Amino acid sequence: MADKLKLAFYWAASCGGCEMAVLEIHEKILTLAEYADILFWPVAIDAKYKDVEAMPDKHIDVCLYNGAVRTSEAEHIAKLLRQKSKVLVAYGSCAIEGGIPALANMSNREGVFKRAYGNEYSTDNPQYVTPQTKTKVKEGELELPEFYDTVYTLADVVDVDYFIPGCPPVPEQTWAVLELIIEGKPLPPKGSYIGCGDKTVCDECPRKKNVKKITKFHRIYEVEHDPEICFLEQGIFCAGPATRSGCDARCLRANMPCRGCYGAAEGVIDQGAKMLSALASVIDSNDPEEVKKIISELPDTIGYFYRFSLSHSLMKRVKIPEEKKVAS
Amino acid sequence: MTFEPKIVGFLCNWCSYTGADLAGTARMKYPPNVRVIRVMCSGRVDPTFVLKALESGADGVLICGCHPGDCHYQEGNYKAMRRYLLLERLLADFGIEPERVKLEWVSASEGERYAQVVKEFTEQIRELGPFVSPMKAMASK
Ligand code: FES
Repeated sequence: MADKLKLAFYWAASCGGCEMAVLEIHEKILTLAEYADILFWPVAIDAKYKDVEAMPDKHIDVCLYNGAVRTSEAEHIAKLLRQKSKVLVAYGSCAIEGGIPALANMSNREGVFKRAYGNEYSTDNPQYVTPQTKTKVKEGELELPEFYDTVYTLADVVDVDYFIPGCPPVPEQTWAVLELIIEGKPLPPKGSYIGCGDKTVCDECPRKKNVKKITKFHRIYEVEHDPEICFLEQGIFCAGPATRSGCDARCLRANMPCRGCYGAAEGVIDQGAKMLSALASVIDSNDPEEVKKIISELPDTIGYFYRFSLSHSLMKRVKIPEEKKVAS
Repeated sequence: MTFEPKIVGFLCNWCSYTGADLAGTARMKYPPNVRVIRVMCSGRVDPTFVLKALESGADGVLICGCHPGDCHYQEGNYKAMRRYLLLERLLADFGIEPERVKLEWVSASEGERYAQVVKEFTEQIRELGPFVSPMKAMASK
């Protein structure tokens, strides 16, 4: 089969869950191997960057890139794979909207290094040795990629053809997209979100929905909640109203509120602002003082409203006060 | 050059926009810093609009609606109030001064009050200085 489809997979700032999500198509991976050659997949096959560099432009038919862009390496490979691929897909929340790694945008490189390499928690690093882009050793100079202050999305650094959301994307949806590609069926217009819906998670949620009137917020472990009824109605934060459908509300079916991993619903530019709007609307009080009190019980704003989408939000990151910038 | 605050104002059609109109027809003098956008109700002001305005270069955002109990759509201004209170908290968490956004009630007959609100808010923003977005602040580090 000379004209087998040529695929590539890459991971940047991610947890590896997206790799699992691809493997979660189970035995269909064999079907995939029948129709496609996987030319590059750091987690599974032994191909090097230089092998990709040696390819002619547009050699790869489809490349699924997962993970956010937080290092110069991730940016470099994004550009390289863009050049070598006919179709580049942002696969999973991190590539599309920063995902969990983007919560680091509440801090900066210094803050992240301090937490990861400083003498906090279980780390013992009295000299506070941190990764340097260049290190001299007796054999010569060693190089590491640069670690950015801000976590970016894939589309921030290169042109992206399609977006498959989810943390991780659900296997049926992944397969549906791969099947489409294998069968050579026409793909939707460039820039489309595929393998997902265009409504919100609430639309797929099987829970009973009545009138929402919140007088108090609870964290899920604090109350005995009714598994049949909408979480928000019970004062438990759920990102369903502001989150794109496509997951079949599987968290809700497993008795967990939506965390918002499919990102902003269709047509929404800032998932957090929409979530804030929805939440404020259902607080049951017209007295500003009482509202303030109810709001103050929400343990977190950015972590709740932008859990997966901070890099893709209007502000993109938190402003670090001047004094904090110089502290090391 | 002295700093002239750029303020985006969202005024509800039924009260505050008419109030602002009154300030104009009565030839009251007040700072020209607010660029007014008419919305049907203060409840129409999606927090996205506020963030978008700031991100696009506004130094402050003013939202004006009918007094509590007077909203043309009964509930809109209460929703606006709740969103505003939560947005204040979100802005602070983004490291942005919550004082850059203000919610005020201005009725159709309160031209003078509108002029006063604009005067005070313009001064407040002048004091805070130009808004530098988190991304720009990081880039200029
Ligand atoms: S119509 Fe004026 S606030 Fe609703």
